[in-house]
Amino acid sequence: MASSRLRTQFFSDVIFNRGIFLSEVQLRRYSSHFVYTADSEKTTSNGTKSKMNMFQAINNALDIILKSDSKAIIFGEDVGFGGVFRCTLDLQKRYGKHRVFNTPLCEQGIIGFGIGAAVAGSTAIAEIQFADYIFPAFDQLVNEAAKYRYRSGNLFDCGKLTIRTPCGAVGHGGLYHSQSPEAYFAHTPGLKVVVPRGPIKAKGLLLGCIRDPDPCLILEPKVLYRAAVEQVPEADFQLPLGKADILIEGTDITLIGWGTQVHVLKEVATVLKDSYKVTAEVIDLVTILPWDVTTICKSVCKTGRVLVAHEAPMTSGFGAEIAATIQENCFLNLHAPVARVTGADTPFPCIFEPFYLPTKWRCLEEALKLLDY
Amino acid sequence: MLPACVRSICKKSIPANKALGLIARNGSGHTVGETQFETQPFKLHKLDEGPSTHVTLTRDEALNMYTQMHTIRRMETSAGNLYKEKIVRGFCHLYSGQEAVAVGIKHALRPHDAVITAYRAHGWTHIMGVPPFEVLSELTGRRTGCARGKGGSMHMYCKNFYGGNGIVGAQVPLGVGIALAAQYKGTDGVCVTLYGDGAANQGQVFEVYNMAKLWDVPCIFVCENNGYGMGTSSVRSSASTDYYTRGDYVPGIWVDGMDVLAVRQAARLAVNYCASGKGPIVIEVQTYRYSGHSMSDPGTSYRTREEVQEVRQTRDPITSFKEKIISHNLVTADEIKEIDAKIRTEVDEATKKAKAEKEIGIDELPADIYANNLEGDIRGVSIFQPLKHKRIGPAVNV
Repeated sequence: MASSRLRTQFFSDVIFNRGIFLSEVQLRRYSSHFVYTADSEKTTSNGTKSKMNMFQAINNALDIILKSDSKAIIFGEDVGFGGVFRCTLDLQKRYGKHRVFNTPLCEQGIIGFGIGAAVAGSTAIAEIQFADYIFPAFDQLVNEAAKYRYRSGNLFDCGKLTIRTPCGAVGHGGLYHSQSPEAYFAHTPGLKVVVPRGPIKAKGLLLGCIRDPDPCLILEPKVLYRAAVEQVPEADFQLPLGKADILIEGTDITLIGWGTQVHVLKEVATVLKDSYKVTAEVIDLVTILPWDVTTICKSVCKTGRVLVAHEAPMTSGFGAEIAATIQENCFLNLHAPVARVTGADTPFPCIFEPFYLPTKWRCLEEALKLLDY
Repeated sequence: MLPACVRSICKKSIPANKALGLIARNGSGHTVGETQFETQPFKLHKLDEGPSTHVTLTRDEALNMYTQMHTIRRMETSAGNLYKEKIVRGFCHLYSGQEAVAVGIKHALRPHDAVITAYRAHGWTHIMGVPPFEVLSELTGRRTGCARGKGGSMHMYCKNFYGGNGIVGAQVPLGVGIALAAQYKGTDGVCVTLYGDGAANQGQVFEVYNMAKLWDVPCIFVCENNGYGMGTSSVRSSASTDYYTRGDYVPGIWVDGMDVLAVRQAARLAVNYCASGKGPIVIEVQTYRYSGHSMSDPGTSYRTREEVQEVRQTRDPITSFKEKIISHNLVTADEIKEIDAKIRTEVDEATKKAKAEKEIGIDELPADIYANNLEGDIRGVSIFQPLKHKRIGPAVNV
């Protein structure tokens, strides 16, 4: 456990680092608040692997679907020439304009159109250019897509609809290119919501989502498109929805995140281990809806301490749901209250991104508080 | 900031005979006080009479329009460079090529008219009264920016200028609301509501065409058709590219947006039309953007470099206007050179000064989220100690 001596050391580290950090912020925009670490995810695919970043892995998954499913269509703003993040690069060339096509700038229309195409049997894969732009389509997702099966007594559904959209902080995105809207959709029974942490995960989850019989929303942390590089199996494989991944095993504290935040938490676990001799268990929740209560609660019962971190604001962020479920299921196993380290309850700031995000240092400080509780 | 360019066009007309024929000695050559031009014909939709193609331009107006357009161009070049130097956060959309739209419309507006636009806002912000230093400071997130650095590239504001909005098409309903407020207050003010050819396909645009016409709201819908909605050309995104007709029951005018005088003519007619209680009107302004959609778009994957070069060489709004006013002896080539040099110095100094400025303090991260934050602290803000919510400065809108 952490002693007060170690906490003193922590603050000197932070102050030292912040000193450098602030002077950089003054001059230039901040590019990245984490260090990416590649995955050791095991997949069912034993075939050849090749080096791909996340946008290439997504492109590869979409290529597999277009090749294997003649009913698959891909549409969205600018997807024809590859999309702003290059995820659909060359797909129009390979599969034609009737299968990969640009839409006008009309998000509500894109999703509504996708629901219609899916309910009539197409494998509809829609792209919303940034998650921040998804709100004109909020009605279609919440009131039409999510409820189609239920309200028709299972006669109709739009399970063949998958929506891909880039989310999260990217260093300089400002108010409308940085948001993480997962919690809005987590409140919508009928949808499935996933967030990949890297290329292997993105490919496997995307293929899983497309083939899942319910409408799925895949929120892709845009900062990982190029930053995350892994050896990705070239063949077709799927990863399960609704299943969390334990990335680092530990016994003293559970750290829960998803998307980019997983990499921040892995760094925190390393510092805890190296500097404080504390072993942290790092869990990637992977699926926001439906989420893996069993894996989380098992871990918390083992460690007795838990920290949830996400980029979205604190109030009604998805961490709130996790905290409430943990206290209900693990109350007598808890040695400290459930901690949340999140974005602030402010709009995503233009110039204060480094101070808004749940950085390594903020997570570490909170983890040490839990350990000292 | 804006000298005598702001004229009330409904109530006052420029006395034509006063300046006509007046010859002033100026530097190296003679100039005339005013002269006449012909613009390209306009296209009309459900309007009996269009703007006159016969334009009178005074020397002062010419100098003013040229200065404003050139300042925007210079400022945008500087903005692009700052972005490349990684000093700009948020995204950055440049107005280069579209200057005649903002300047032409502004010259038809009265002081009590309002403007709202999308995210390509630097030029409009300047024209509505913000000096380059404050625009560039906002862009670089400095405390001297017109929104204290909290908005960045897409979110700039000043009196009667309602921004600077980040979501495609979302500002259009707001514009109708702003116009309705003017109608309600009985000011005879209008609201110029700008959107692009891409945003023209957003459903909410059609919702408010209906509302505006239903209630005869004094809203001038201006579709800045620069040919491309992000990376998709207008012909590939729009079933009808006659944007001036897409209001159906809302009358419309098409105008060559590379000709600042034609834009002013169309805008004058529209202001008269709306201010006299006839309801909304649409203006489609055919223009062109030289840069990509934003700084992360090179702007060459969906159009050719040759196309951009051709527009620059044959239709540039600033070059063509410059040639026109020099050849008609409204200004001399030497005067233009002087203006260019002055603008260069002004923008370069503003850039330098903006770069040297500081950002606002971290205590403003939780500022101005609410008028009154009921809790004091803002949750989740943890820069190792809680920060209080606060309010900074008075609002300018009301």
